[in-house]
Amino acid sequence: MSAVATVNAGPKRGWKSLSTWIGAVIVGAAMICAIFAPLLVPHDPFAQDLAKRLQVPFWMAGTDPAHLLGTDQLGRDYLSRLIWGCRISMLIGVTVTVVSGLIGITIGVLGGFFGGRIDDAVLFAITTRLSIPVVLVALAVVGLLGTSMTLLVLTLGLLLWDRFAVVARSTTMQVRNLDFVAAAWCAGCSRLRVLSREVLPNIASHLVVVATLEIALAILLEATLSFLGLGVPPPLPSWGLMIAEAKDYMFFSPWVIVIPGVALFTLVLGINLLGDGLRDLFGARTDT
Amino acid sequence: MLSFLTRRLIVALLVAATVMTLAFVLTRLSGDLATSIAGANATQADIEVIRKAYGLDRPVLTQFFDWVGRALTGDLGNSYFFQTRVSTLIAERMPVTLTLGITGLLIALFVSIPLGILAAVREGTGFDRAVQMVALLGQAMPSFWLGLLLMITFGLQLGWLPISGTGSWENFVMPGVVLAFSAIPALTRLTRAGMIQAMGSDYIRTARAKGLSRASILLKHALRNAAIPVVAIAAVQLGFMLGGSIVIEQVFALHGVGFLAWESIAKNDFPVVQAVVLVLAVIYVALTMVADLMNAVLDPRLRV
Amino acid sequence: MSALLEVEQLEVGFGSRTSAVRGTSLTVERGETHCLVGESGCGKSVTALAVMNLLARGGYRRARRMSFQGEDLLKLNDRGMARLRGNAMAMIFQEPMTSLNPAYTVGSQMTEVLRRHKGSSQRVATDRAADLLARVGITAPGLRLGQFPHQLSGGLRQRVMIAMALMCDPQLLIADEPTTALDVTVQAQILRLLAELQRDLGLGMLLITHDLGIVARVATRVSVMYAGEVVESAATAQLFSDPKHPYTQGLLRCVPVPGKQRQDEPLGSIPGTVPRIGPGFEGCGFRERCSFADASCAQTVPHQTAAPGHDYLCRLAP
Repeated sequence: MSAVATVNAGPKRGWKSLSTWIGAVIVGAAMICAIFAPLLVPHDPFAQDLAKRLQVPFWMAGTDPAHLLGTDQLGRDYLSRLIWGCRISMLIGVTVTVVSGLIGITIGVLGGFFGGRIDDAVLFAITTRLSIPVVLVALAVVGLLGTSMTLLVLTLGLLLWDRFAVVARSTTMQVRNLDFVAAAWCAGCSRLRVLSREVLPNIASHLVVVATLEIALAILLEATLSFLGLGVPPPLPSWGLMIAEAKDYMFFSPWVIVIPGVALFTLVLGINLLGDGLRDLFGARTDT
Repeated sequence: MLSFLTRRLIVALLVAATVMTLAFVLTRLSGDLATSIAGANATQADIEVIRKAYGLDRPVLTQFFDWVGRALTGDLGNSYFFQTRVSTLIAERMPVTLTLGITGLLIALFVSIPLGILAAVREGTGFDRAVQMVALLGQAMPSFWLGLLLMITFGLQLGWLPISGTGSWENFVMPGVVLAFSAIPALTRLTRAGMIQAMGSDYIRTARAKGLSRASILLKHALRNAAIPVVAIAAVQLGFMLGGSIVIEQVFALHGVGFLAWESIAKNDFPVVQAVVLVLAVIYVALTMVADLMNAVLDPRLRV
Repeated sequence: MSALLEVEQLEVGFGSRTSAVRGTSLTVERGETHCLVGESGCGKSVTALAVMNLLARGGYRRARRMSFQGEDLLKLNDRGMARLRGNAMAMIFQEPMTSLNPAYTVGSQMTEVLRRHKGSSQRVATDRAADLLARVGITAPGLRLGQFPHQLSGGLRQRVMIAMALMCDPQLLIADEPTTALDVTVQAQILRLLAELQRDLGLGMLLITHDLGIVARVATRVSVMYAGEVVESAATAQLFSDPKHPYTQGLLRCVPVPGKQRQDEPLGSIPGTVPRIGPGFEGCGFRERCSFADASCAQTVPHQTAAPGHDYLCRLAP
């Protein structure tokens, strides 16, 4: 046997960076849509026009050029609602991640940094949190207290901190035992200073990766809850709600659920692609 | 091993107790339950009657310990809406949810283990990248949307499968596939990572040095070790799937426990809601213990 | 009759940047122990793995000739090679702690070799495994067969590895630093065992080590490797009494020899470190560290013969 073909890392890296770029472009576009939604929408996303119900999108025969993606069952412009929905998805994804990140990182860093009894308590909290069925409890809270954006964000934030806690805990444990942290101790730095100056900056990259994945998860969950009627309150155009409202018409006009679904799928995929790329870039670990 | 299991059992009981408390607190969040049960048109007198009838006039702590005490004997209270025992209701609905969950898990395992193995064996090739891409796509797929798309395609346009109901096994194909989709990415990645790690290990080099066949090296020596974390995660995934089946049961109108919970939330039937939360949490905790036991069976180092 | 193992001009590389072995030749005769010596990273283990065709992913091998019992190893496909491995040629590794599969019993891992290559029944294979465990000095072999690797100490695991390698009565045993990971007392036992087995079973053995003390005790023949090349090869006595290559001389100065060394004389050392060798490297790999080196050492090094069976690679006159 002579030369066996060798595995080249080149193409994979290229493919990886391509997928990261695709993710970045999708996320970038979504952010622009979210921030500038009021400027971008061609129509008022809430304006109903019962004379123009269920207009078909541009690729089908008989489309109305004023409504590129057609209109919904109440005659509202689908493209405008889609853009507005992007704003809602991104808003909820980011705010939920901020809330859950604050909770999870605090808990995880405390457990990883102090160890012992505190860490036992942290592990117990994580185990308990994992045993709670997220969708069910979120539905119950919103069902009992009524639908509102604030409530939704708080509920999801209180339920989705587990991965932050797990990663913050394990990375803090690793960093705690490194030489420069020991050096900071020896230099007489206070606990708070060691935590904020030495530990947090060194686990930040791992947490950024978790944050991207959590944003994607929060967006998916919000859509799920809205689809079940207990998420974003109507008439706000959440993508999940758009799918729920259009469900009755899907057998005759499948595009009514295809359009918001594709948007949701693409956004979540884009965030995950970006997150994967960041993980490779930072060499971060997000496994539990 | 025995002390390990005892400790796990104690933790499990503590988790169950915590979830019980949380479930109770959860249903008390809305303030006055009697008002919400009575509905919008009730008079003050109606509300008082309901309050008395359901024991809601007692102090909250008394209600809590009463509920806990009864739950420990298997009595989860009575449903306001269905006017039957909650335990009976859950027992009636559980088979549908369990069938769905186990179908989903089996489909997920049948897809992700072979995919993970093949991707690991062909690490770095186009096939490997395709598998990873599929895992990413699966992760981004909203399950309710996938369910609707399957309904349109296979239920309506092709007419191969029934759209709703629980009459025959065919009713569980589409929901099972949708549920499996949520577990496939994680299981595939784990199998792939485990196989790659195992294939690079010293004992696989030994197996090759012994001149064993490729099948024996892959399936006997590498897979056995790669399977250990997969089995643990599979049991845990089943727990998540039972919790997540609420969405799929709603989409496909399967009258399981998730559907029951959804109905009960809509009707403010809080004994059912808190009971379902508790039951699902206990099942999850039990499944993590099953995972530990299966690990011990597969990994002799944990047996001792 | 041809030699048991003949390797000529073996080259091994990983990717396009590292060449681990550059034109190594060596011969193992039936019933002799051939020691391959050198510092870590000089290509000893890679040479052995290349012979067994067990190189890690991404590694490639090339050779002018590589034959085992007259059979051309380069022409064998994976399946043909698998038929030889564990059967006529067996190998034991440096890491006894991780070289056994943690999920299976010792007995199951030993018997599968015989069942695979000889098609023996489980009963025959188990008897053979028990005999061999006893042969490598393990007491209560019946008990050990039912145990898992994690229940055994490192020394016991290495004995199991040796017994496993002997299951099919191999002609050639390649031992890659079999004692490095073990306690010193256990090292001596394992080494004595290997030497004994080699003599009793008439094995051809390729023993890879960096320990010249071991070489002096067990080797029939020694090849010294440096930076991916065999720089000197000779019968053991010849090499120790008349080393030709400056690297061999340096190595020997690093070993204390009782009686020969005066108490106050410092032990030798070789200054510098092993260079990283990429493809296209010309000249002597040792020239940076060699006190005799001059400009001519950057050119291709001549192959010289000091005596019959004593070859070395160096510009210096014999």
